[in-house]
Amino acid sequence: MNGVHDMGGMHGFGPVLPEADEPLFHHDWEARALAITLAMAGWKRWNLDVSRHARERSDPADYLRNSYYERWIDGLGRLMVEQGLLTEREWATMQPDPAAPRQTPPIRPQDVPALLDRGGPTARSEGQPAGFAVGQRVRARNINPVGHTRLPRYVRGHVGTIMLDHGPHVFADDHAHFRGENPQHLYNVRFEAAELWGADAAFRGDVRVDLWESHLESA
Amino acid sequence: MSTHHHDHHHDHDHGHDHQEPPSDAALRVKALETLLTAKGLVDPAALDAYIDYYETKVGPRNGAKVVARAWTDPAYRRRLLEDATAAIAEFDIRGRQGEHMVAVENGPKLHNLVVCTLCSCYPWPVLGLPPVWYKSDAYRSRAVIDPRGVLGDFGLVLDDDVEIRVWDSTAEIRYLVIPERPAGTEGLDEAQLAALVSRDSMIGTAKVTAP
Repeated sequence: MNGVHDMGGMHGFGPVLPEADEPLFHHDWEARALAITLAMAGWKRWNLDVSRHARERSDPADYLRNSYYERWIDGLGRLMVEQGLLTEREWATMQPDPAAPRQTPPIRPQDVPALLDRGGPTARSEGQPAGFAVGQRVRARNINPVGHTRLPRYVRGHVGTIMLDHGPHVFADDHAHFRGENPQHLYNVRFEAAELWGADAAFRGDVRVDLWESHLESA
Repeated sequence: MSTHHHDHHHDHDHGHDHQEPPSDAALRVKALETLLTAKGLVDPAALDAYIDYYETKVGPRNGAKVVARAWTDPAYRRRLLEDATAAIAEFDIRGRQGEHMVAVENGPKLHNLVVCTLCSCYPWPVLGLPPVWYKSDAYRSRAVIDPRGVLGDFGLVLDDDVEIRVWDSTAEIRYLVIPERPAGTEGLDEAQLAALVSRDSMIGTAKVTAP
Protein backbone atom coordinates (compact mmCIF):
# COMPACT_ATOMS: atom_id res chain seq x y z
CA MET A 1 0.00 0.00 0.00
CA ASN A 2 1.17 3.51 -0.76
CA GLY A 3 1.18 4.46 2.92
CA VAL A 4 3.12 6.89 5.07
CA HIS A 5 5.28 4.00 6.28
CA ASP A 6 6.94 3.92 2.84
CA MET A 7 9.22 6.86 3.62
CA GLY A 8 12.34 6.32 1.55
CA GLY A 9 13.26 9.62 -0.12
CA MET A 10 10.70 11.79 1.64
CA HIS A 11 11.72 15.25 2.78
CA GLY A 12 10.79 17.29 5.81
CA PHE A 13 11.36 15.05 8.82
CA GLY A 14 14.29 17.10 10.05
CA PRO A 15 17.74 16.01 11.19
CA VAL A 16 18.56 12.62 12.68
CA LEU A 17 19.11 13.06 16.41
CA PRO A 18 21.49 10.48 17.88
CA GLU A 19 21.34 10.19 21.66
CA ALA A 20 24.51 9.59 23.65
CA ASP A 21 24.37 6.63 26.04
CA GLU A 22 20.84 5.83 24.99
CA PRO A 23 19.08 3.38 27.34
CA LEU A 24 17.63 0.17 25.88
CA PHE A 25 14.18 1.42 26.85
CA HIS A 26 13.27 4.99 27.72
CA HIS A 27 10.28 3.89 29.79
CA ASP A 28 9.18 0.63 31.38
CA TRP A 29 6.05 0.54 29.23
CA GLU A 30 8.19 0.29 26.10
CA ALA A 31 9.73 -2.94 27.38
CA ARG A 32 6.28 -4.32 28.24
CA ALA A 33 4.96 -3.29 24.79
CA LEU A 34 7.80 -5.16 23.09
CA ALA A 35 7.26 -8.25 25.22
CA ILE A 36 3.48 -8.26 24.83
CA THR A 37 3.81 -8.00 21.06
CA LEU A 38 6.30 -10.87 20.88
CA ALA A 39 4.33 -13.04 23.30
CA MET A 40 1.00 -12.54 21.47
CA ALA A 41 2.62 -13.84 18.28
CA GLY A 42 2.79 -17.14 20.17
CA TRP A 43 -0.93 -17.65 19.44
CA LYS A 44 0.10 -18.12 15.79
CA ARG A 45 -2.94 -16.27 14.52
CA TRP A 46 -0.66 -14.15 12.34
CA ASN A 47 2.91 -13.98 11.07
CA LEU A 48 5.53 -11.23 10.99
CA ASP A 49 4.39 -9.96 7.58
CA VAL A 50 0.78 -9.75 8.76
CA SER A 51 1.91 -7.77 11.81
CA ARG A 52 4.00 -5.36 9.70
CA HIS A 53 0.97 -4.75 7.51
CA ALA A 54 -1.19 -4.16 10.59
CA ARG A 55 1.15 -1.32 11.63
CA GLU A 56 1.04 0.11 8.10
CA ARG A 57 -2.74 0.20 8.30
CA SER A 58 -2.71 2.62 11.23
CA ASP A 59 -4.39 5.94 10.55
CA PRO A 60 -1.63 7.93 8.78
CA ALA A 61 -1.80 10.85 11.20
CA ASP A 62 -1.58 8.43 14.15
CA TYR A 63 1.32 6.60 12.52
CA LEU A 64 3.33 9.78 12.15
CA ARG A 65 2.48 11.06 15.62
CA ASN A 66 3.12 7.78 17.44
CA SER A 67 6.46 6.61 18.75
CA TYR A 68 7.83 3.24 17.67
CA TYR A 69 6.28 1.12 20.41
CA GLU A 70 2.99 3.02 20.21
CA ARG A 71 2.90 1.99 16.54
CA TRP A 72 3.45 -1.60 17.65
CA ILE A 73 0.60 -1.51 20.17
CA ASP A 74 -1.73 0.13 17.65
CA GLY A 75 -1.01 -2.63 15.13
CA LEU A 76 -1.28 -5.35 17.79
CA GLY A 77 -4.71 -4.11 18.87
CA ARG A 78 -5.94 -4.26 15.28
CA LEU A 79 -4.64 -7.84 14.91
CA MET A 80 -6.03 -9.12 18.20
CA VAL A 81 -9.50 -7.87 17.32
CA GLU A 82 -9.38 -9.06 13.69
CA GLN A 83 -8.14 -12.49 14.71
CA GLY A 84 -10.65 -12.94 17.52
CA LEU A 85 -8.31 -12.84 20.52
CA LEU A 86 -10.07 -9.73 21.86
CA THR A 87 -13.48 -8.27 21.14
CA GLU A 88 -13.71 -4.70 19.90
CA ARG A 89 -15.29 -3.81 23.20
CA GLU A 90 -12.44 -5.36 25.18
CA TRP A 91 -9.88 -3.42 23.13
CA ALA A 92 -11.84 -0.19 23.53
CA THR A 93 -12.46 -0.55 27.27
CA MET A 94 -9.48 -2.72 28.30
CA GLN A 95 -11.97 -4.70 30.43
CA PRO A 96 -12.36 -8.47 29.96
CA ASP A 97 -15.68 -9.83 28.74
CA PRO A 98 -16.88 -11.75 31.84
CA ALA A 99 -18.51 -14.40 29.61
CA ALA A 100 -15.25 -15.29 27.83
CA PRO A 101 -13.47 -18.42 29.13
CA ARG A 102 -10.03 -17.96 30.61
CA GLN A 103 -7.34 -19.34 28.31
CA THR A 104 -3.82 -20.70 28.82
CA PRO A 105 -0.93 -18.62 27.44
CA PRO A 106 0.93 -20.51 24.68
CA ILE A 107 4.37 -19.18 25.66
CA ARG A 108 5.83 -20.28 28.99
CA PRO A 109 8.71 -18.27 30.52
CA GLN A 110 11.14 -21.15 30.15
CA ASP A 111 10.38 -21.41 26.41
CA VAL A 112 11.34 -17.81 25.60
CA PRO A 113 15.14 -17.95 25.11
CA ALA A 114 14.98 -20.95 22.77
CA LEU A 115 12.13 -19.38 20.78
CA LEU A 116 14.13 -16.20 20.26
CA ASP A 117 17.32 -18.12 19.49
CA ARG A 118 15.44 -20.03 16.81
CA GLY A 119 13.74 -17.01 15.23
CA GLY A 120 11.75 -17.46 12.07
CA PRO A 121 13.90 -18.22 9.02
CA THR A 122 12.23 -17.32 5.72
CA ALA A 123 14.64 -19.07 3.33
CA ARG A 124 13.10 -22.14 1.69
CA SER A 125 14.90 -24.95 -0.08
CA GLU A 126 12.32 -25.05 -2.85
CA GLY A 127 10.50 -22.33 -4.72
CA GLN A 128 9.80 -21.02 -8.16
CA PRO A 129 12.89 -21.31 -10.39
CA ALA A 130 15.05 -18.19 -10.61
CA GLY A 131 14.04 -15.90 -13.45
CA PHE A 132 17.04 -13.60 -13.17
CA ALA A 133 20.78 -14.05 -12.85
CA VAL A 134 23.43 -12.08 -10.99
CA GLY A 135 24.63 -9.25 -13.20
CA GLN A 136 21.35 -8.97 -15.11
CA ARG A 137 19.69 -5.58 -15.63
CA VAL A 138 16.18 -5.45 -14.24
CA ARG A 139 13.45 -2.89 -13.73
CA ALA A 140 11.45 -2.65 -10.52
CA ARG A 141 7.87 -3.06 -11.64
CA ASN A 142 5.48 -0.15 -11.39
CA ILE A 143 2.92 -1.84 -9.17
CA ASN A 144 0.70 -0.07 -6.66
CA PRO A 145 -1.11 -2.75 -4.66
CA VAL A 146 -3.49 -1.59 -1.94
CA GLY A 147 -2.22 -4.43 0.26
CA HIS A 148 1.22 -5.14 1.71
CA THR A 149 4.30 -4.93 -0.46
CA ARG A 150 8.00 -4.80 0.30
CA LEU A 151 8.68 -2.99 -2.99
CA PRO A 152 9.25 0.61 -1.89
CA ARG A 153 7.83 3.40 -4.03
CA TYR A 154 11.17 5.11 -4.56
CA VAL A 155 12.55 2.27 -6.68
CA ARG A 156 9.43 1.48 -8.76
CA GLY A 157 10.01 1.93 -12.47
CA HIS A 158 13.76 2.27 -11.98
CA VAL A 159 16.44 0.13 -13.56
CA GLY A 160 19.01 -1.71 -11.48
CA THR A 161 21.35 -4.67 -11.51
CA ILE A 162 20.98 -8.00 -9.72
CA MET A 163 23.92 -8.22 -7.29
CA LEU A 164 22.99 -11.21 -5.10
CA ASP A 165 20.57 -14.11 -5.38
CA HIS A 166 19.48 -14.97 -1.83
CA GLY A 167 17.56 -18.03 -3.05
CA PRO A 168 13.88 -18.73 -2.47
CA HIS A 169 12.29 -16.85 0.45
CA VAL A 170 8.75 -16.64 1.77
CA PHE A 171 7.05 -13.98 -0.36
CA ALA A 172 6.09 -11.30 2.14
CA ASP A 173 3.48 -9.65 -0.11
CA ASP A 174 1.44 -12.89 -0.14
CA HIS A 175 2.29 -14.02 3.38
CA ALA A 176 0.99 -10.73 4.83
CA HIS A 177 -2.48 -11.59 3.50
CA PHE A 178 -2.60 -15.25 4.57
CA ARG A 179 -2.15 -16.34 0.96
CA GLY A 180 0.60 -18.83 1.85
CA GLU A 181 4.39 -18.70 1.76
CA ASN A 182 4.72 -18.98 -2.03
CA PRO A 183 8.54 -18.92 -1.90
CA GLN A 184 10.26 -17.20 -4.79
CA HIS A 185 13.79 -15.96 -5.38
CA LEU A 186 14.84 -12.92 -3.43
CA TYR A 187 17.51 -10.74 -5.03
CA ASN A 188 19.64 -7.85 -3.93
CA VAL A 189 19.33 -5.16 -6.59
CA ARG A 190 21.67 -2.19 -7.02
CA PHE A 191 20.13 1.12 -8.03
CA GLU A 192 22.58 3.91 -8.84
CA ALA A 193 21.90 7.12 -6.91
CA ALA A 194 21.54 9.09 -10.14
CA GLU A 195 19.02 6.56 -11.48
CA LEU A 196 16.83 7.02 -8.40
CA TRP A 197 17.24 10.71 -7.74
CA GLY A 198 18.37 12.22 -11.05
CA ALA A 199 20.30 15.44 -10.93
CA ASP A 200 19.33 15.84 -7.27
CA ALA A 201 21.35 12.78 -6.22
CA ALA A 202 23.28 14.12 -3.26
CA PHE A 203 25.90 11.40 -3.25
CA ARG A 204 28.00 9.18 -5.46
CA GLY A 205 27.08 5.57 -4.94
CA ASP A 206 24.02 3.38 -4.90
CA VAL A 207 21.15 1.96 -2.91
CA ARG A 208 20.81 -1.81 -2.61
CA VAL A 209 17.34 -3.18 -2.10
CA ASP A 210 16.16 -6.77 -1.55
CA LEU A 211 13.34 -7.53 -3.97
CA TRP A 212 11.46 -10.68 -4.89
CA GLU A 213 10.99 -12.13 -8.36
CA SER A 214 7.46 -10.69 -8.59
CA HIS A 215 8.81 -7.17 -8.04
CA LEU A 216 11.08 -7.30 -11.08
CA GLU A 217 10.97 -7.45 -14.86
CA SER A 218 13.72 -7.64 -17.47
CA ALA A 219 15.18 -4.32 -18.55
CA MET B 1 6.32 12.48 14.31
CA SER B 2 7.68 9.71 16.34
CA THR B 3 11.14 10.14 17.54
CA HIS B 4 12.42 13.63 17.50
CA HIS B 5 9.29 15.18 18.88
CA HIS B 6 7.73 12.56 21.08
CA ASP B 7 10.69 10.58 22.35
CA HIS B 8 13.05 13.47 22.36
CA HIS B 9 10.65 15.31 24.58
CA HIS B 10 10.80 12.39 26.97
CA ASP B 11 14.58 12.31 26.78
CA HIS B 12 14.63 15.60 28.59
CA ASP B 13 12.28 14.19 31.16
CA HIS B 14 14.26 11.04 31.72
CA GLY B 15 15.33 10.68 35.29
CA HIS B 16 12.32 12.64 36.49
CA ASP B 17 9.69 10.07 35.59
CA HIS B 18 8.90 9.35 39.22
CA GLN B 19 7.70 12.92 39.70
CA GLU B 20 5.34 12.88 36.75
CA PRO B 21 1.99 11.25 36.12
CA PRO B 22 2.27 8.25 33.79
CA SER B 23 1.83 9.01 30.11
CA ASP B 24 -1.19 7.87 28.12
CA ALA B 25 0.98 5.20 26.53
CA ALA B 26 2.15 3.93 29.90
CA LEU B 27 -1.42 3.69 31.21
CA ARG B 28 -2.63 2.04 28.02
CA VAL B 29 0.09 -0.62 27.95
CA LYS B 30 -0.42 -1.32 31.66
CA ALA B 31 -4.15 -1.74 31.10
CA LEU B 32 -3.49 -3.97 28.10
CA GLU B 33 -1.15 -6.22 30.06
CA THR B 34 -3.71 -6.49 32.84
CA LEU B 35 -6.45 -7.38 30.35
CA LEU B 36 -4.36 -9.97 28.49
CA THR B 37 -3.23 -11.52 31.77
CA ALA B 38 -6.80 -11.72 33.07
CA LYS B 39 -7.90 -13.46 29.87
CA GLY B 40 -5.00 -15.92 30.03
CA LEU B 41 -3.56 -14.63 26.77
CA VAL B 42 -0.12 -13.79 28.18
CA ASP B 43 1.89 -14.87 31.21
CA PRO B 44 3.56 -11.83 32.83
CA ALA B 45 6.55 -14.01 33.75
CA ALA B 46 7.01 -14.80 30.06
CA LEU B 47 6.98 -11.07 29.33
CA ASP B 48 9.77 -10.67 31.89
CA ALA B 49 11.69 -13.40 30.07
CA TYR B 50 11.46 -11.57 26.74
CA ILE B 51 12.73 -8.37 28.31
CA ASP B 52 15.53 -10.20 30.13
CA TYR B 53 16.68 -11.74 26.85
CA TYR B 54 17.05 -8.35 25.18
CA GLU B 55 18.56 -6.74 28.26
CA THR B 56 21.17 -9.43 28.86
CA LYS B 57 21.66 -11.80 25.95
CA VAL B 58 21.88 -9.68 22.81
CA GLY B 59 23.46 -6.33 22.11
CA PRO B 60 26.20 -4.64 20.14
CA ARG B 61 28.92 -6.44 22.09
CA ASN B 62 27.95 -9.49 20.05
CA GLY B 63 28.57 -7.71 16.77
CA ALA B 64 31.80 -6.21 18.09
CA LYS B 65 33.18 -9.69 18.76
CA VAL B 66 32.42 -10.67 15.18
CA VAL B 67 34.12 -7.56 13.79
CA ALA B 68 37.23 -7.97 15.96
CA ARG B 69 37.58 -11.58 14.84
CA ALA B 70 37.25 -10.51 11.21
CA TRP B 71 40.01 -7.92 11.74
CA THR B 72 42.42 -10.40 13.30
CA ASP B 73 41.68 -13.68 11.53
CA PRO B 74 41.77 -13.55 7.70
CA ALA B 75 40.18 -16.98 7.36
CA TYR B 76 37.29 -15.89 9.60
CA ARG B 77 36.90 -12.66 7.59
CA ARG B 78 36.55 -14.75 4.43
CA ARG B 79 33.95 -17.00 6.03
CA LEU B 80 32.05 -13.96 7.29
CA LEU B 81 31.93 -12.37 3.86
CA GLU B 82 31.01 -15.68 2.25
CA ASP B 83 28.28 -16.79 4.69
CA ALA B 84 27.72 -14.36 7.53
CA THR B 85 24.91 -16.36 9.13
CA ALA B 86 27.19 -19.37 9.62
CA ALA B 87 30.24 -17.31 10.60
CA ILE B 88 28.28 -15.39 13.23
CA ALA B 89 26.82 -18.66 14.54
CA GLU B 90 30.38 -19.75 15.35
CA PHE B 91 29.99 -17.41 18.36
CA ASP B 92 26.65 -19.04 19.21
CA ILE B 93 24.98 -15.80 18.06
CA ARG B 94 21.76 -16.39 16.15
CA GLY B 95 18.04 -15.85 16.29
CA ARG B 96 15.10 -13.60 15.68
CA GLN B 97 15.76 -10.79 13.21
CA GLY B 98 19.16 -12.24 12.35
CA GLU B 99 18.11 -15.47 10.66
CA HIS B 100 19.77 -14.49 7.37
CA MET B 101 22.85 -12.31 7.73
CA VAL B 102 25.07 -10.59 5.16
CA ALA B 103 28.29 -8.79 6.20
CA VAL B 104 29.45 -5.81 4.14
CA GLU B 105 32.91 -4.37 4.49
CA ASN B 106 33.97 -0.73 4.52
CA GLY B 107 37.19 0.36 2.84
CA PRO B 108 39.13 3.54 2.16
CA LYS B 109 36.93 4.37 -0.84
CA LEU B 110 33.69 2.60 0.09
CA HIS B 111 31.31 3.29 2.96
CA ASN B 112 28.27 1.11 3.75
CA LEU B 113 25.17 2.35 5.56
CA VAL B 114 22.18 0.24 6.65
CA VAL B 115 18.57 1.42 6.90
CA CYS B 116 15.04 0.06 6.72
CA THR B 117 12.84 2.61 4.95
CA LEU B 118 9.60 0.58 5.27
CA CYS B 119 9.74 -0.22 9.00
CA SER B 120 12.80 -0.60 11.23
CA CYS B 121 14.39 -3.94 10.34
CA TYR B 122 17.68 -4.34 12.20
CA PRO B 123 20.02 -7.24 13.01
CA TRP B 124 18.91 -7.87 16.60
CA PRO B 125 21.19 -10.84 17.48
CA VAL B 126 24.38 -8.92 16.68
CA LEU B 127 23.34 -5.36 17.58
CA GLY B 128 20.45 -5.73 20.04
CA LEU B 129 17.31 -3.62 19.79
CA PRO B 130 17.63 -0.60 17.49
CA PRO B 131 18.25 2.88 18.90
CA VAL B 132 15.49 5.48 18.61
CA TRP B 133 17.27 7.37 15.85
CA TYR B 134 17.43 4.26 13.64
CA LYS B 135 13.64 3.90 13.96
CA SER B 136 13.02 7.61 13.40
CA ASP B 137 11.18 8.90 10.36
CA ALA B 138 14.07 11.31 9.76
CA TYR B 139 16.55 8.45 9.33
CA ARG B 140 14.22 6.13 7.42
CA SER B 141 13.29 8.84 4.90
CA ARG B 142 16.66 10.47 4.35
CA ALA B 143 19.26 7.67 4.45
CA VAL B 144 18.53 6.58 0.87
CA ILE B 145 18.41 10.04 -0.72
CA ASP B 146 20.93 12.01 1.34
CA PRO B 147 23.21 9.59 3.18
CA ARG B 148 26.00 12.17 3.41
CA GLY B 149 23.61 14.56 5.11
CA VAL B 150 22.62 11.81 7.56
CA LEU B 151 26.27 11.02 8.29
CA GLY B 152 26.78 14.73 8.90
CA ASP B 153 24.14 14.58 11.63
CA PHE B 154 26.48 12.09 13.33
CA GLY B 155 29.48 14.35 12.79
CA LEU B 156 30.91 11.98 10.19
CA VAL B 157 32.28 13.67 7.06
CA LEU B 158 33.73 11.40 4.37
CA ASP B 159 36.05 12.47 1.57
CA ASP B 160 34.26 13.38 -1.67
CA ASP B 161 35.75 10.41 -3.51
CA VAL B 162 34.30 7.85 -1.09
CA GLU B 163 31.46 5.87 -2.65
CA ILE B 164 28.40 5.37 -0.46
CA ARG B 165 26.47 2.12 -0.55
CA VAL B 166 23.12 2.20 1.27
CA TRP B 167 21.46 -1.11 2.16
CA ASP B 168 17.67 -0.85 2.50
CA SER B 169 16.54 -3.90 4.53
CA THR B 170 13.32 -4.59 2.64
CA ALA B 171 13.22 -8.37 3.20
CA GLU B 172 14.46 -10.75 5.94
CA ILE B 173 18.14 -10.33 5.09
CA ARG B 174 19.93 -8.36 7.80
CA TYR B 175 23.14 -6.45 7.12
CA LEU B 176 26.14 -6.00 9.40
CA VAL B 177 28.77 -3.40 8.47
CA ILE B 178 32.37 -4.40 9.09
CA PRO B 179 34.01 -1.04 9.78
CA GLU B 180 37.61 -0.28 8.86
CA ARG B 181 40.16 -1.23 11.47
CA PRO B 182 41.75 2.05 12.56
CA ALA B 183 45.46 2.69 12.15
CA GLY B 184 47.46 2.48 15.35
CA THR B 185 45.73 -0.63 16.67
CA GLU B 186 48.31 -3.14 15.50
CA GLY B 187 49.30 -4.03 19.05
CA LEU B 188 45.80 -4.69 20.35
CA ASP B 189 44.41 -8.17 20.82
CA GLU B 190 40.97 -9.31 19.75
CA ALA B 191 39.22 -8.41 23.01
CA GLN B 192 40.82 -4.96 23.07
CA LEU B 193 39.76 -4.39 19.48
CA ALA B 194 36.19 -5.51 20.20
CA ALA B 195 35.99 -2.89 22.94
CA LEU B 196 36.62 -0.19 20.31
CA VAL B 197 33.82 -1.26 17.96
CA SER B 198 30.71 0.86 18.48
CA ARG B 199 27.16 -0.03 17.58
CA ASP B 200 26.96 2.89 15.16
CA SER B 201 30.10 1.76 13.32
CA MET B 202 28.33 -1.52 12.54
CA ILE B 203 25.30 0.35 11.13
CA GLY B 204 27.55 2.69 9.18
CA THR B 205 26.93 6.01 10.92
CA ALA B 206 30.35 6.10 12.60
CA LYS B 207 33.93 5.04 12.08
CA VAL B 208 36.00 3.20 14.64
CA THR B 209 38.73 5.31 16.14
CA ALA B 210 41.94 4.21 17.85
CA PRO B 211 42.07 4.71 21.63
